[in-house]
Amino acid sequence: MIRPVRAARFRPGDAVRVPNVEKKGHVRTPAYVKGKHGYVTAVLGEFPDPESLAYGGAGLPEKPLYRVRFRQADLWQGYGGPPDDTLHVDIYEHWLEPASEEG
Amino acid sequence: MSENGHDEHGHEHPHEESGHEGSPWAARIRAVEELLAERGILTHEEVEAQIGYMEARSYENGARLVAHAWTDPGFKELLLRDTKAACSQLGIDASGTVEFVTVENTPTTHNLIVCTLCSCYPRAILGRPPDWYKSPAYRSRAVVEPRAVMKEFGLEIPEDVSVSVHDSSADVRYLVLPMRPPGTEGMTEEELAGLVSRNCLVGTAVPQYKARERASS
Repeated sequence: MIRPVRAARFRPGDAVRVPNVEKKGHVRTPAYVKGKHGYVTAVLGEFPDPESLAYGGAGLPEKPLYRVRFRQADLWQGYGGPPDDTLHVDIYEHWLEPASEEG
Repeated sequence: MSENGHDEHGHEHPHEESGHEGSPWAARIRAVEELLAERGILTHEEVEAQIGYMEARSYENGARLVAHAWTDPGFKELLLRDTKAACSQLGIDASGTVEFVTVENTPTTHNLIVCTLCSCYPRAILGRPPDWYKSPAYRSRAVVEPRAVMKEFGLEIPEDVSVSVHDSSADVRYLVLPMRPPGTEGMTEEELAGLVSRNCLVGTAVPQYKARERASS
């Protein structure tokens, strides 16, 4: 953890899913992880919400930010590398929902 | 970089941005700066100070962090746990609102850094990113086919080593702590830092050492 978090919804090891929704604005969640399952590997801290900050807002309330690990094979059809290759994305809490272990 | 006979005014740093001082982009930037100054939003002095801040940084800061981590296990632990504190210990000013995380290459994992949404980069430590880091090609391909991209940089990662790509698209900037090459046991910290290129800190290269290089120097 880099910055303190008052109340984090997820913990390292939690299975999560990125909701597959369209949202306009300064969204920092890459499109390629939408609808995909991954695992929280770190709670990074609370940060101003970029979706407010980018338009002159105060970015409040701050959002917990998580590092989420995805399997490359789950992201890209026909991924060419070994099955253990991973991709890590930092995702704000409102872009994560709980997922079942089975994915 | 194209040459058009335009005097470079003795600038010693390479202009990495695409275009040139006389390009339409540069003209636009100057116009925006004039407007911002005219309206009192910022001053030319603040712009100059920010340019100075950025020009004073280079990947050599990262190379120093790496070389020190290779020679001091306690510092390595600090670098991986609290990169800002590690920077501060070496006199590198990485204070500010941006956070940094250092990820460690191991015999079983190789790390590669990208920002697919723009070109986020640990600028406060390493200075400006290379042009290729900002290119749409790198930003899209590094996540989809990282091994092919690294191969084009001359780096082939064995199949039994997993590749971890970090898309630093939020509030944290990442840098890579590469592995110390074998055969470097007797080297000084300064010599070790010389093995760490900018690409090593992004993950498109790993430090190389060949005994004859040292013998000939």
